[in-house]
Amino acid sequence: MADTATATAVDHHDDHGHSESFWSKYIFSTDHKIIGFQYLFTGMAMGLIGGFFSYVFRMHLAFPGSEVPFFGIVSPAAYNSLVTNHGTIMIFWVAMPVLIAALGNFLIPLMIGCDDMVFPRINRLSYQIFLISAIVLIASFFVPQGGFGGAWTAYPPLSSEAEYNGTPFGAPMWLIAVTLEIVAFLLGGINFITTVMNARAKGMKLYDIPMVVWMIVIASILFMASVGPLVAGAVMLLFDQTLGTGFFDPAAGGDPVLWQHLFWFFGHPEVYVVLLPAMGVVIEIICTFARKKLFGYKMILYSSVGLGILSFFVWAHHQFISGVDPRATYLFTTTTLLISIPVALMLFAMIGTLWGGSIRFTTAMLFALSFIAEFLIGGVTGIWLGSSGTDIYLHDTYFVLAHFHYTFVPIAIIGTFSALYYWFPKMFGRKLNEFWGKIHFWGTIIPFNGIFLPLFILGAAGQHRRIAGYTAYPDLYTENFQDLRVFATGSLIVLILFQIPFFVNFIVSLKRGQKAGPNPWNANTLEWVAPSPPPHGNFGDDLPQVYRGPYEFSVEGREEDYWPQNEPDPGPSETSK
Amino acid sequence: MGHKIIATGRSATGIPTGRLAVWWVIASEIVIFGGLIATYLLNRFLHGSWAESAAYTNTFIGGANTFWLLTSSYFVVLAHSAAEKRDAKTARKYLWYTIGLGGMFMGFKSYEYATEISHGFTLFTSNFWSFYYTATGLHGFHVLCGMVIMAIIAENDIKKERNWHRVENIGLYWHFVDIVWIFLFPLLYIAK
Repeated sequence: MADTATATAVDHHDDHGHSESFWSKYIFSTDHKIIGFQYLFTGMAMGLIGGFFSYVFRMHLAFPGSEVPFFGIVSPAAYNSLVTNHGTIMIFWVAMPVLIAALGNFLIPLMIGCDDMVFPRINRLSYQIFLISAIVLIASFFVPQGGFGGAWTAYPPLSSEAEYNGTPFGAPMWLIAVTLEIVAFLLGGINFITTVMNARAKGMKLYDIPMVVWMIVIASILFMASVGPLVAGAVMLLFDQTLGTGFFDPAAGGDPVLWQHLFWFFGHPEVYVVLLPAMGVVIEIICTFARKKLFGYKMILYSSVGLGILSFFVWAHHQFISGVDPRATYLFTTTTLLISIPVALMLFAMIGTLWGGSIRFTTAMLFALSFIAEFLIGGVTGIWLGSSGTDIYLHDTYFVLAHFHYTFVPIAIIGTFSALYYWFPKMFGRKLNEFWGKIHFWGTIIPFNGIFLPLFILGAAGQHRRIAGYTAYPDLYTENFQDLRVFATGSLIVLILFQIPFFVNFIVSLKRGQKAGPNPWNANTLEWVAPSPPPHGNFGDDLPQVYRGPYEFSVEGREEDYWPQNEPDPGPSETSK
Repeated sequence: MGHKIIATGRSATGIPTGRLAVWWVIASEIVIFGGLIATYLLNRFLHGSWAESAAYTNTFIGGANTFWLLTSSYFVVLAHSAAEKRDAKTARKYLWYTIGLGGMFMGFKSYEYATEISHGFTLFTSNFWSFYYTATGLHGFHVLCGMVIMAIIAENDIKKERNWHRVENIGLYWHFVDIVWIFLFPLLYIAK
């Protein structure tokens, strides 16, 4: 494939010179930090679109039939398109670019102590493909009949037949956009893995790598290993949609469940692809603000590897009612329940790190702690869905939706915010305002629970998540369910309003925030050695050398409660680790 | 001007970064083709009609194409060993031999497609044929890309006696494309 051409073409000489025109500095830059920002801001912009979609369909669900401000009447077709693209955007164009690509690009070279990615130009190409994919997706909202309306899982025949999904142009564009996005992340992932394998600072052994870097690398490997069948499936689905082949059409001898296998073989590891970087972020922040060494570094690492391997054997728990063999459901129930063990181990390790620490409740730390609490709710409710018996009842209800959002919101929203509050000083040289940060925190966490706790009740009562309006089903429509829907929608609007302080804080702090030195949080990892914000080339002429692990906090016999990785040992007697 | 990126020159694993990346490209491609081949096997076991359709594929052309590809892999190894010895002339010669055999493959493939289509076996005839064109088409696309990249390396790098390591990298990729064919050939042509 064309990847190889670039892969082999780049490993030499990259003179990303010091010409300072706006275009070469910010648009066509090969600097990993700028590319990270490009991903970050594109992801945030896409997040606004995805958030707006959720506002529109939640308003419609709360007040069916009435006009939604800033949108208008939501037709069933528009509802389908909105929920489909809300899901797609939030996973492929928000969670992945922000958590993996933005953080990975910004942090990896800094944290492993080198000046850039090993393939800067592939990195730039990766973002450009990603940007094109985002543009294709946005363009698909404006073609006749609108954006794809076959749900983000794109099950055939709903996704393959235009007469069912009602979006003859939106559907293939959606598929092309997703495929391009996958290509972008494959390129980015190859870069991340190769960079961490080869470009680590002198002295940085495998167990000296900060956890967030490990997590992004493991996530990239998981993504790479799981996405292939989906690419193959996407090619077949695209042929079904546009050329009229019958890969997934039973009338032509095809099999619609095959798509579900191909999709979920990717779809379930994908959960861990975004979970792991968020876990890594939380681990970094908890260690720094508990002033304590990470509890069980190797255990967390091995757990995440085990988690990654297990995640390839759970996919059919999404298909318990799709006609899979009941004997297979035993198998997949077992593996699904097993997979909660490594996740629980990791959460316990985080709590163990907090134990006896001297905890600082900065905004970043608050977000990190709430990640543990909220993700736990998501994880525990997953047990009902992983067990085939209960899942047959709960499948495709709001219970699934609430469970899913209790995992993904902590990952994509809470994890991202904690990362931003933590690394903002490194990114832009100034701190975000803590007071407004805390208001933003409480204004995010409380309404978030307000949205999704009622939806658990709706789901347990059997309300189906893809019904555009229950008023059309008088038998199922009850007033108190409607009250819960209104409450959830109200909470969503509160949550959206509380993002305004964040954006104002973000923009104001860029110019007027409190100036941060290189190491405002007294943390150990190498990114805090570089100036804030790091210049081109990150560390100047001498790149740091590593002498110890990343989490040597509160080491006895030391005056300071932190011990940067690059600080040489004072004497031969005091070797650590 | 132009400062060299230090990261690119580092090699904590001992494997050059370029080669390492090619291995990861191959890893990601294995799962793409793996997904396709798994789909094929699933259908082949479930539907007896697939075996009947497979009887119409042209084993002779498939065999000839296997021969071209395997031979080309031999030449790319020769090109690599010449590149190791910094012998630009020989390396370029063998790279072009490889491209030529890739061209033979593509030519036979085109002839094969043309006869099949003219006999009524199109992308839409049945799911077997849909799969056949998708899998061999995707593979053929990889062959074509490999040929283009190899031509660029031969003319842009080896001729100018630089970036010798790229011969090995493209060789790895070429072997991978070869191996994919080694899976497709028995599945689509031999197993009737």
